[in-house]
Amino acid sequence: MAALPHITKETPPNRRSTGDPILTKTILILIAVGFLFLFLLLPLISVFANALSKGFGVYFETFKDRATISSIWLTLLAAAISVPLNLVFGIAASWAIAKFEFMGKNLLITLIDLPFSVSPVISGLIYVLIFGRQGWFGPWLEAHHLKIIFAVPGIVLATIFVTFPFVARELIPLMQSQGKEDEEAAIVLGASGWQTFWRVTIPNIKWGLLYGVILCNARAMGEFGAVSVVSGHIRGYTNTMPLQIEILYSEYKFEAAFAVASLLALLALVTLVVKTLAERRNAITLKAQSMLEA
Amino acid sequence: MRALKPRSVIPGFNITLGFTLLYLCLIVLIPLSATFLKSATLTWPQFWATVTAPRVLASYRLTFGASLCAALVNAVFGFLIAWVLVRYPFPGRKLLDSIVDLPFALPTAVAGISLTAVYSSNGWMGRWLEPLGIKVAFTPIGVWMALTFIGLPFVVRTVQPVIEELEHEVEEAAASLGANRWQTFCRVIFPAVAPALLTGFTLAFARALGEYGSVVFIAGNMPMRTEISALLIITKLEQYDYQGATAIAVTMLVISFTLLLFINWLQSRYSRRYA
Repeated sequence: MAALPHITKETPPNRRSTGDPILTKTILILIAVGFLFLFLLLPLISVFANALSKGFGVYFETFKDRATISSIWLTLLAAAISVPLNLVFGIAASWAIAKFEFMGKNLLITLIDLPFSVSPVISGLIYVLIFGRQGWFGPWLEAHHLKIIFAVPGIVLATIFVTFPFVARELIPLMQSQGKEDEEAAIVLGASGWQTFWRVTIPNIKWGLLYGVILCNARAMGEFGAVSVVSGHIRGYTNTMPLQIEILYSEYKFEAAFAVASLLALLALVTLVVKTLAERRNAITLKAQSMLEA
Repeated sequence: MRALKPRSVIPGFNITLGFTLLYLCLIVLIPLSATFLKSATLTWPQFWATVTAPRVLASYRLTFGASLCAALVNAVFGFLIAWVLVRYPFPGRKLLDSIVDLPFALPTAVAGISLTAVYSSNGWMGRWLEPLGIKVAFTPIGVWMALTFIGLPFVVRTVQPVIEELEHEVEEAAASLGANRWQTFCRVIFPAVAPALLTGFTLAFARALGEYGSVVFIAGNMPMRTEISALLIITKLEQYDYQGATAIAVTMLVISFTLLLFINWLQSRYSRRYA
């Protein structure tokens, strides 16, 4: 781009014909800002305002409650199991889809996206139907004193299902857009498969990978509907942070509910920052690649 | 699905595809098909009686009506926001662009309680709307509001890349042929963006149909009035009415999958772009 300033100088875009009048611009910008403020920003601000409405003392008091602490631990546990599993799956799926041609590829991509179009409540329900008391494996599990539904394994399973497509969905288009020439070159030059993956593929996709993981993590920690169905709401044992928020809220402990919510809102903000950084990095990498090729 | 072994120097095809298929079957396909099989244990009249009970029908009406309204509003404002973000440079644009993804990142329960706090009768917005006779929290408007919140990024993020790739030359050509700005918009810009807009609309609609967390707090959950279908599934489960819950779930799954097929058809027809 920088090498070709004379071309852009010779053909300045005709702003009179394709630009909009200042008045139109101002009105549209105001509508956009107003809509985003009312629907997105105001609720976000209210989380922190409500959490701190009785001061920092009350805010920190929330996190001394044993049920709240155990809900935080359970949330971390569910994320710590589901995110790595879906990360490995995401890398494997995007490797197979982006680097090879095979029949039924589009069907496979559609199936990977499937959990996105299933209601969270139904995502929980399907595991109840399989592992619950009246479910397929219910009697067998009961005979062996194993508990999946209304216990931690069910929460983990539901979380895995709900966050299933996140990493794959982020990586597949990214790896497809990067093509497979880099990997082919590495293999032809004598690198092993692993070496190619770690030294060539990972550096190319690291920002998209990071965003996929953090989005997957945000959803894993924040999942409510699916987890609500399988958890059974046993206090201090099968409550995750979002479920604890619901309980505190329904007991009219609003400050405490918003205090727990503020942790998840902070996580969401971190996710957005990482996303912005990742997109900028990806744009730079792609631009550098296209400049090298040109 | 038959996988043809491709000729390639890159290794790892069998293992990555094998693992992908295995994991996909274990986590997604087998549990989902179990739901359909479970519903097959119901006789047809039982199934029909469950999914057409008055309370269930009322929940469909609310869920579909509010989702449709939310998706329509998102289509209009999402298009506008995407247009402003791509075309008009103004201070704070980058920040606004990042904020659009908030509903993807914010847990639905957090969105639910904060929307309720803002729009209930003593909330920041609610106290101004109430004297005007507009009650948001604990009414269908509240349901619509929550569904609009969660659907917005689907439209913006689907439409935005298409606007980015619109070529100025085409608009210049339209202008030089004598079209005014409004005509250029209706005849040139809108038709180019329409497929993406329809995709974004359908994505937002599909997401809204199944939404639970952000809605239950603001809806008030009164049977026949502000009770969404997803909540009805949970209510049935809590009453140990597994068959009833499954019947409603299967109805909703069939509708979501139809929408998903429609989206895929749209995307394969118009472009291969990812949202």
